[in-house]
Amino acid sequence: MATDTVPAPEKPATLAGKAAFEVDDRLIVAGPLRRTLNKVFPDHWSFLLGEIALYSFIVLLLSGTYLTFFFDASMREVIYDGSYAPLRGLSMSAAYESTLDISFDVRGGLLIRQMHHWAALLFVASICVHLLRIFFTGAFRRPRETNWFIGIALLVLALLEGFAGYTLPDDLLSGGGLRIFSAVFLSIPVIGTWVYFTVFGGDFPGELIIGRLYILHVLIIPAILLALIALHLLILVKQKHTQFPGPGRTEHNVVGNRLFPTFAGKATALLFIVFGLCAALGGLVQINPIWLLGPYNPAQVTAGSQPDWYIGFVDGGARIFPPWELDLWGYHIPPVLWGALGIPGVMFGALALYPIIERVLTKDTASHHLLQRPRDVPVRTSLGAMALTAYIVLWISGGNDVIAEKFDLSLNAMIWFGRIGLLVLPPIAYWATYRICLGLERHDREVLEHGIETGVIRRLPHGEFIEVHQPLGPVDEHGHGQLAYGGASVPKKMNQVGGARRAIKGFFKPVEEPAEVQRQAELEARGLEAERADRELTGSGRPSEGGRPSDGGRPQDPRD
Amino acid sequence: MTTTDHSRPGSAGGADVPGPLHGGPDDDHTPQQLAAMDRTELDRLGARYDGVEVLHVEPVAPPGSAVDRQNTRKVTLWFALAGVFAVVFLVIYAGSGWFLPDWQWPASSNTWSAIFTPLLGASMGLAMICIGIGLVLYVKKLLPHETAVQDKHDGSHFDRVTTGATLMSGLDNSGLPRRKMLRRTLYLMGAAFGVMLIAPLGGFIKDPNKGNPLGTTPWREGMRLVREDGTPVRPGDQEPGSLATVFPPVEGGDHTVDGPVMLIRLRPDQMETLVTPAGREDYGYGDYLAYSKVCTHAGCPVSLYEQETSRILCPCHQSQFDVTQGAKPVFGPATRSLPQLPITVDDEGYFVARGDFPEPVGPSFWNMGRLG
Repeated sequence: MATDTVPAPEKPATLAGKAAFEVDDRLIVAGPLRRTLNKVFPDHWSFLLGEIALYSFIVLLLSGTYLTFFFDASMREVIYDGSYAPLRGLSMSAAYESTLDISFDVRGGLLIRQMHHWAALLFVASICVHLLRIFFTGAFRRPRETNWFIGIALLVLALLEGFAGYTLPDDLLSGGGLRIFSAVFLSIPVIGTWVYFTVFGGDFPGELIIGRLYILHVLIIPAILLALIALHLLILVKQKHTQFPGPGRTEHNVVGNRLFPTFAGKATALLFIVFGLCAALGGLVQINPIWLLGPYNPAQVTAGSQPDWYIGFVDGGARIFPPWELDLWGYHIPPVLWGALGIPGVMFGALALYPIIERVLTKDTASHHLLQRPRDVPVRTSLGAMALTAYIVLWISGGNDVIAEKFDLSLNAMIWFGRIGLLVLPPIAYWATYRICLGLERHDREVLEHGIETGVIRRLPHGEFIEVHQPLGPVDEHGHGQLAYGGASVPKKMNQVGGARRAIKGFFKPVEEPAEVQRQAELEARGLEAERADRELTGSGRPSEGGRPSDGGRPQDPRD
Repeated sequence: MTTTDHSRPGSAGGADVPGPLHGGPDDDHTPQQLAAMDRTELDRLGARYDGVEVLHVEPVAPPGSAVDRQNTRKVTLWFALAGVFAVVFLVIYAGSGWFLPDWQWPASSNTWSAIFTPLLGASMGLAMICIGIGLVLYVKKLLPHETAVQDKHDGSHFDRVTTGATLMSGLDNSGLPRRKMLRRTLYLMGAAFGVMLIAPLGGFIKDPNKGNPLGTTPWREGMRLVREDGTPVRPGDQEPGSLATVFPPVEGGDHTVDGPVMLIRLRPDQMETLVTPAGREDYGYGDYLAYSKVCTHAGCPVSLYEQETSRILCPCHQSQFDVTQGAKPVFGPATRSLPQLPITVDDEGYFVARGDFPEPVGPSFWNMGRLG
């Protein structure tokens, strides 16, 4: 038998080696572990945005778990007798009282509470920015539509989770928000009153809602979020990351760093930085000072009350929607339905369906692993800019009373700005973005054809002045560059193509020999050739490619 | 080969020799060959088996060189700083109230309790950010910069066909495609079972029409209008042009959702422009009018009364109501007037309600006009 002829491998001698051997003998993990460690991740700053969301979620889980040990999600009426003197003797709910206790009577509790709140803001913000990156670079295209849908579900859940979370303290601000929420339930046609009574267990506010929101906030939504995040990452690992076009990068490979140690090092660094940022914000920048707001009372409200930033656009929709109440034979559909439920519904619906819409419109059903630069897909980019403009108008309208007050503007004018702006500004944004995209595209082609402007002016013998252009590749007999645009960024400054040497290292005095740096630079210049030769080996060697790497974007020999 | 082996009780036969450890690689590379390779070669060999090729490695500064020493110093410094900040955090956290002033409010009027949380956040944040910066510098300055490329594989036709065959043969063997009766029973059973599982959610449902809670408020005929502290109000108590929030004199009346009422005394010039909606001529009392404080848009308390313009503004969505025109909405998203509470004065000269609001208070809803 074949295995008998192979002598047994030597047992490892070191302690770590022995331990690893014992583990692998039982679990057989060496192979999968090696595959994981060798996994290649492309390197681009914008690929870290989703990681920020992941890490702020970790901060949320840790800080949130801490808070549950002190928070009492009950609407039981109590008389406050804690450290914060101005509220002593006031009747309030146990939820509000325990939040005050976390802030004033738990050592470091205020830090953790504020960290939790800041991490929540960062979580939603990073999801949004991550979503914009995915959208504008076309990373949602086949085969990644599933992950796009999961991402939209994560965003919506994050909004609900955030709303449930900041409602829990049962302070005056959050109670007012909950009251508006209840009006939105009530506005649903036909079943509105039933939904409203079902959610609150009776008329608003009842005695159940904080407890119900609590279990949603600490168990149900986080569990779904966790499961969806796990799925999101599994699919990402399975499908491998997208990458921007560039030298050696194809639809069939990933160029970048291996997981271990480079990518792992950078990812861990980002985890610590996100964690540190949340901690620093949580300590240094006050957020949601519920003790200044007071306990919830339906008869009271504070002027200039604002929800957390990510709910602002919903509030804005409710504010600027005109007073149009449908009266259908005595049955009513109030405007708050359109403003607070209709607009977000259309927004998230369009967002979720966008990959399908684009696939139908462009008839592009191929798999894509190379990203697109936004300028190269002007219609999508302009649609995105349009949607973003509409969102920003809604968002500004959500805070229009604060803006009106701070800038001494008319409140009614701000509302009219929102109403007209929502209709007028998005098309303008579409047109402007489209023109900018075309301009950028044209400039890329211009540089490829005529070369980089060097800033060197030369006078020709017959007196004409010309600017010298540096071609980026081989040129034809007219001096026109022959490089085709390959979807990657085109260098536009001499320094980007090695026009300047790198600086000598050292802060107070040089720590390297200038002569040595010069020699290195020369080596690197030769290294370019060597690298090009290397690159010939990067093809997959698949017969379908003739065993040769593709020539996409590579300079072609000048043709006669 | 026999199918049973009596030297291995319970075995139904089959080979008794371990297979190759993991297939291919172990056959291709003998332990001797592997032992002859150095670590880098082994690393690259394993990477190649995972479809990874290391294209280019940019080495770091040579060990012991000035650049290397400087880089090491930098990285060490950041990690050391992180440690210092962690200790600072611990000292502040544990030391407060021990050898440092007490952190709790309002421990006399010292500033320590005011800076306790900021100091904790700053030290914890800086400790973690320093670790982050140290790690980034470690990767950038102390690790060789490697560029690797990994192949991406499309799905395999072989896998699809064979997996499909396994699934379909399992389905065929179950006989479900031809056992129609069983299949239909399973569908019906599944539907009934599924509904049974979610049926307990019915416990959440509350009837919003029982006792007409949405159409009525605590206000009843003869109830006095009381302030937050429970004291009743007389016509002489308010200046012209002023607004007071009053509540029904019931248990927890100042915390009811639909009970708060704005009692407004109009100025003489407002009285001149007063437009009273038909059927509400006797709702006010002299120059006093009482309107529900609950916004008809989304239920916020409308609190901001600008008496020069006779407007009441809701701070939530900026609906504006004109009190001299039956509190009808004049701007913003609200569509209905604020309901008016009919008032009069009782024998002792205090304001009382003449009954409940004639219409539902608060945000609009579907069957609002058709409540019993």
